[in-house]
Amino acid sequence: MIAYLGRRLIQSLLILLGVSLITFALLYLLPADPVRQIAGRSATPQTVENIRQQLGLDQPFVVQYWHYLVKLVGGDLGRSYIQRSEVTELIVSRLPASLLLMVGAILCELLIGLSMGLIAAVKRGTATDQTLMVASFVGVSAPQFVVGLLLLYVFAVRLSWFPIGGYGTWRHLVLPSLTMGILGAGWYARMMRSSMIDVLRQDYVRTARAKGLARGAIIFRHALPNAILPVIAMIGIDIGIFMGGIVVVESVFGWPGIGQLAWQAIQRVDIPIIMGVTLVSAFAIVLGNLLADIIAPFIDPRIKLR
Amino acid sequence: MKKFLASTVAASALALMLGMTSARAEETIDPNARQGGEIIATYKDDVTTLDPAIGYDWQNWSMIKSLFDGLMDYEPGTTNLKPDLAESYEISPDGKTFTFKLRHGVKFHNGREMTADDVKYSLDRVTNPKTQSPGAGFFGSIKGYDDVAAGKAEGLSGVTVVDPYTVKFELTRPDATFLHVMAINFSHVVPKEEVEKYGADFGKHPVGTGAFKLAEWTLGQRIVFERNPDYWHKGLPHLDKITFEVGQEPIVALLRLQKGEIDLPLDGIPPAKFQEVMADPEQKARVVEGGQLHTGYVTMNTTMAPFDNVKVRQAVNMALNKARIIQIINGRAVPANQPLPPSMPGYDKAYKGYPYDVAKAKALLAEAGHPDGFETQLFAMNTDPNPRIAQAIQQDLAAIGIKASIQSLAQANVIAAGGDKAGAPMIWSGGMGWIADFPDPSNFYGPILGCAGAVPGGWNWSWYCNKELDAKAAEADSIVDPAKAGERSKMWSDIYAKIMVDAPWAPVFNEQRFTMKSARMGGADNLYVDPVHVPINYDNVYVKDVQ
Repeated sequence: MIAYLGRRLIQSLLILLGVSLITFALLYLLPADPVRQIAGRSATPQTVENIRQQLGLDQPFVVQYWHYLVKLVGGDLGRSYIQRSEVTELIVSRLPASLLLMVGAILCELLIGLSMGLIAAVKRGTATDQTLMVASFVGVSAPQFVVGLLLLYVFAVRLSWFPIGGYGTWRHLVLPSLTMGILGAGWYARMMRSSMIDVLRQDYVRTARAKGLARGAIIFRHALPNAILPVIAMIGIDIGIFMGGIVVVESVFGWPGIGQLAWQAIQRVDIPIIMGVTLVSAFAIVLGNLLADIIAPFIDPRIKLR
Repeated sequence: MKKFLASTVAASALALMLGMTSARAEETIDPNARQGGEIIATYKDDVTTLDPAIGYDWQNWSMIKSLFDGLMDYEPGTTNLKPDLAESYEISPDGKTFTFKLRHGVKFHNGREMTADDVKYSLDRVTNPKTQSPGAGFFGSIKGYDDVAAGKAEGLSGVTVVDPYTVKFELTRPDATFLHVMAINFSHVVPKEEVEKYGADFGKHPVGTGAFKLAEWTLGQRIVFERNPDYWHKGLPHLDKITFEVGQEPIVALLRLQKGEIDLPLDGIPPAKFQEVMADPEQKARVVEGGQLHTGYVTMNTTMAPFDNVKVRQAVNMALNKARIIQIINGRAVPANQPLPPSMPGYDKAYKGYPYDVAKAKALLAEAGHPDGFETQLFAMNTDPNPRIAQAIQQDLAAIGIKASIQSLAQANVIAAGGDKAGAPMIWSGGMGWIADFPDPSNFYGPILGCAGAVPGGWNWSWYCNKELDAKAAEADSIVDPAKAGERSKMWSDIYAKIMVDAPWAPVFNEQRFTMKSARMGGADNLYVDPVHVPINYDNVYVKDVQ
């Protein structure tokens, strides 16, 4: 176990290093010049050169990357080119909102996805099953931008059940979580359905039925706990999907998280912020995967860590 | 409204220069204005900084004007210059020395009195390369600027503190735009002790002399302004508090306005909702339309074949169906025939421009040796409506045989292509079009049409460089004599007319601004489309439901 953990940690660090190198290289190769974004349109060529020098952007790629890494090891993500604030401060101030949204989204997708999958499995082959599976397919394929605006229009504008965008109370959290959750719910419904069908075919379920146990008791006490485990293990992997989704969903709902920060930074070629958010997201994904792998054997004894 | 602006600007500039007093500053208070109340305004993008030396965005431009003051400002809702922190000023006969007398008793938000030392400090700071100010270039006419920009001197030798209430500027050349430069955000006065206290984070802890002071800033969520009770301009501001909520998509902001949750969605009405809003009389009544100092244009790279031939460029000018292009943006613009927008002094109302004439355009192309047209590229920014506008331009060009492929890219990439001499044959300027920094005709020349801008990384994307016009521009800007303001304006009109003969641009339209507000907002319409305090003038608006 310890050896496994050590190996995985080294792997994770290498992945993060790779992500930082690729992102840094891509941003370096971008034809857009960040210095001109900072200098503005009235700047003289001399001002532009001054700024380039001060930011060290006149240095060769390897030198720039090395300087970035050295600072990164010390926990310094640099200062935003446009906002001139510490990137760490900007990310830290927005991280709680993104984490909250993620928790909300996970709750939504589990609640919706697992119930849909359970019902579909129990009602396997009926019209209910087919309707639910079509619905899950729509959920998986609908663009989040559209889902978000649709939910906003129906539940916030028309019905006034929830506020129209913003941040602060649990009521603000519902619609963005739902928007993110619907995507995952589709996947979970399908996974839950097949997992449940598998379990319902098992001998012990047949035994329980033969003993004359009530249908509800069989499903909820015997089948569900076993069917749900492999599905739950997927949450760690979900984090990657969430990281992609928050950019869109946070923009639609005016949710002050790191997705919104990244989107605004990309538009302005604010390289330190783009780097910072990418690294934090990559870290979250790597961590999520690692946790999922570590938890897996506890949930399903058939899985062994090697 | 536009006519009104154009005529009063020249007159008032004249009166101002002759009078050299500030007695009118007190007259600007609306007698119907009510005192007190709070409003909520929204923006899509985060506010990056509130440091006047650095801020250069749609969101922070007018916010900074409400937190800080400069020596000069404009009468609310107009382009008429007036003294602000200055009480009066004098211009030497040669136009090279400006002496400002400061108001007494003006206090920074930290309670300390503002003096001439602060004015000098602020200008030394903004021009210092370490500050990395995007506005440093505006101060190029001040003596000693080159040494500061090159890092050879710490301060501007041309700015002298005569006494605590007098500051003198010596220029290297007569500069008719200097009073405008003293009104631009970058010259606003900051207190040294606060800048030094916060260092690079001063932009998050702004302390100025303005009508409002910063009460709260929650990153990515909201900024709260509170009325400055010690504001030197008695009676202003009218509002007690403004809350700016950021990160709100324009469509979401509009829905919230319709529900009465907010007062000012300051990114405007989203294009998809524009017709719906304008079709409803109740909502339409709360929309204020105004001109802005903006022109949208197609640049043609004059150093690149076949656009090095003036006939080709003229043909493109005649090929564009501007009325149809304006339809694409729901009629939110007026057709342009010259670089200057209509509300800018120097705009020539009599100038007719190139007519929309496909046959004539084809004939010109044939004369230029391209009877069957040619293939080229049209660069455009990739956010709506720019790709759609680029397609309309593409169709118009196809009608005269020019096959333009559209390169739809992110803003920064288009700017990079434009600043590369061999980068882009044609660029549709939408989303990056020039919006004047101050209401003076010279502001549409230097960086975007003059030789100074035709350098790698510059903004003169047509790489047009006419030395003769450069000389004429310098001559016009040296006319500081107030009696000759009309003559100067005429010279600028001539310069732009000559540019249009060479046709490095095809001007397409001047965007109109539409600000929507809640029913409780009060104040003259022109405050909501203020040409300088963009997007709106926070100091002078008020709410009707108080007292």
